Amino acid sequence: MGMTIAEKIIALAAGVPEAKAGDIHTVNLDRMMSNDGTTHLTVDMYHNRLKDPRIAEPKKMVFIVDHNVPSDSPKTAAAQKKMRDFAKEHGIDFWEGKGVCHQIMMEHYVCPGELIFGADSHTCTYGALGAFGTGVGCTDLLYGMVTGASWVLVPETIKFNLTGKLREGVYPRDLMLTIIGNISASGASYQVMEFCGDGAKTLTVDDRMVLCNLAVEAGAKTAIFEADEIALNWLKERGRKPKAVFKSDEDAVYVKEYTFDLSKIEPVAARPDFVDDVVPAKKVCGVRIDQAFLGSCNNGRIGDLRVGASIVKGRKISDHVRFLVVPASRQVYLQALKEGLIDIFMESGAIVMNPNCSVCWGSCQGVIGENEVLISTGTRNFKGRAGHPSSKVYLGSAATVAASAVKGEICTADMLQD
Amino acid sequence: MSVGKIFKFHNDLDTDQIIASQYLLLPTIDEMKEHAFESLEPDFAAKVTPGDFVVGGENFGCGSSREQAPGVLKALGVQAVVAKSFARIFYRNAINIGLPVIVCRELPDAVKTGDEMELSLTDGTAMANGKSYSCTRLPAYMQQILSQGGLIASLNEQAH
Repeated sequence: MGMTIAEKIIALAAGVPEAKAGDIHTVNLDRMMSNDGTTHLTVDMYHNRLKDPRIAEPKKMVFIVDHNVPSDSPKTAAAQKKMRDFAKEHGIDFWEGKGVCHQIMMEHYVCPGELIFGADSHTCTYGALGAFGTGVGCTDLLYGMVTGASWVLVPETIKFNLTGKLREGVYPRDLMLTIIGNISASGASYQVMEFCGDGAKTLTVDDRMVLCNLAVEAGAKTAIFEADEIALNWLKERGRKPKAVFKSDEDAVYVKEYTFDLSKIEPVAARPDFVDDVVPAKKVCGVRIDQAFLGSCNNGRIGDLRVGASIVKGRKISDHVRFLVVPASRQVYLQALKEGLIDIFMESGAIVMNPNCSVCWGSCQGVIGENEVLISTGTRNFKGRAGHPSSKVYLGSAATVAASAVKGEICTADMLQD
Repeated sequence: MSVGKIFKFHNDLDTDQIIASQYLLLPTIDEMKEHAFESLEPDFAAKVTPGDFVVGGENFGCGSSREQAPGVLKALGVQAVVAKSFARIFYRNAINIGLPVIVCRELPDAVKTGDEMELSLTDGTAMANGKSYSCTRLPAYMQQILSQGGLIASLNEQAH
């Protein structure tokens, strides 16, 4: 019986010839990532709970301060110091203020064929390069750090055949929100979303990251693309080599198959408070907003900033709107500077911030107040996700967010008049 | 196991509601636990007593991987979380820290906040309002982690 990409990665990590959905395997982890959302607790457990504290391979570990950076309180500063000191003491790669964890991991570490645990639910992003990345809690992370290994239940795989090409003004984010709206917030629970087909070939690695990143919002354990020429070239440009390049076998077993025609996708928005409450963006046009956010591990890359800048260029952000622009990493920020995008944003009246998770996770600069409304390129729109429990978050593409920032109410880019 | 009060929540209950982001970087779970379910039940931490149950619908614990979510429930003495289905990261985290998470398809629709229930992990049954419900048993591997008191306890056993 054939295997899917995910099954092949798990088999390789487990050192067995075959892995199939439903099996439980002990696997060697290729990398582990932990950020400031939980690492202080991991460090405490390491010191206080372990009989035999040790780190199997410090070189497999990456610690990234991105959620609350720069720190917003003495307590946050203390939590981050704990993480920083631990990384230094144990020779763990440490990043602070240089970008959102998944963007840093993609820029510097992730390789096709790897099995990666991250103490963050959006670790599924790494499937854009044909790696198996999955989110875990800090106890799993600690176990992996100590032993270099963990256990996985091999998930079933759902095949998503992508056909056609996205039309101008429609983005991978519209596609992924449409898919989630279609299959629901639990539509891929415990499963792998494998994206393939001719449509997949029209997507860049950055585009693929948008799709994989949001897979957890459909409940998926991870999402994955085959590491094709596009992915391997991207990797080569960054001086890295794959661990293994896998394709799913012709006779691999899929639990379900869907087909999405990219040319039929329209700009969409997810309404508060659920990521799968997805409607055509036109349906929520006119909703007055207080803030707009362009950034996050989902949509803060250079392509997204280019789209946002092209829309606000020569225009002014609405008087009653704070427009936060947050490049996903320092690399992205520097590139945006070179291209003059930051000038455009600043001249329009946007607030350009340092790379961090920002308001996407509701506990960094930019949280919103009682009854305020945010339109966001972030990952989630749960109740209170961006601040006060009564506040509301709509999710849309970079284009929709930038256009809405100008108009002061939700609108699509084609509705903006000069 | 003993009888406990039920606190019931909706489908697709996400971990932001269990513990909001703004509290995650507090130094300890004990400091965070006062804020459990703050957005939905502001008095939850005051009202819950050790041995009580949290009951959810489908996809309980979706969203963020924050282990603080099962962590605050355990710290408040919640006996178990019973739901129609769970999101995978929450489910795994709960088992890893020794908080029982029980899949029970019928019970959630038949109970409301304030009702009492009783759970037998060994029989795989739950009792509420005079009716018995069968629950899905945990796979043996996870049952073992839970019975050892969580993944760290299990790791410490291996260190012997």
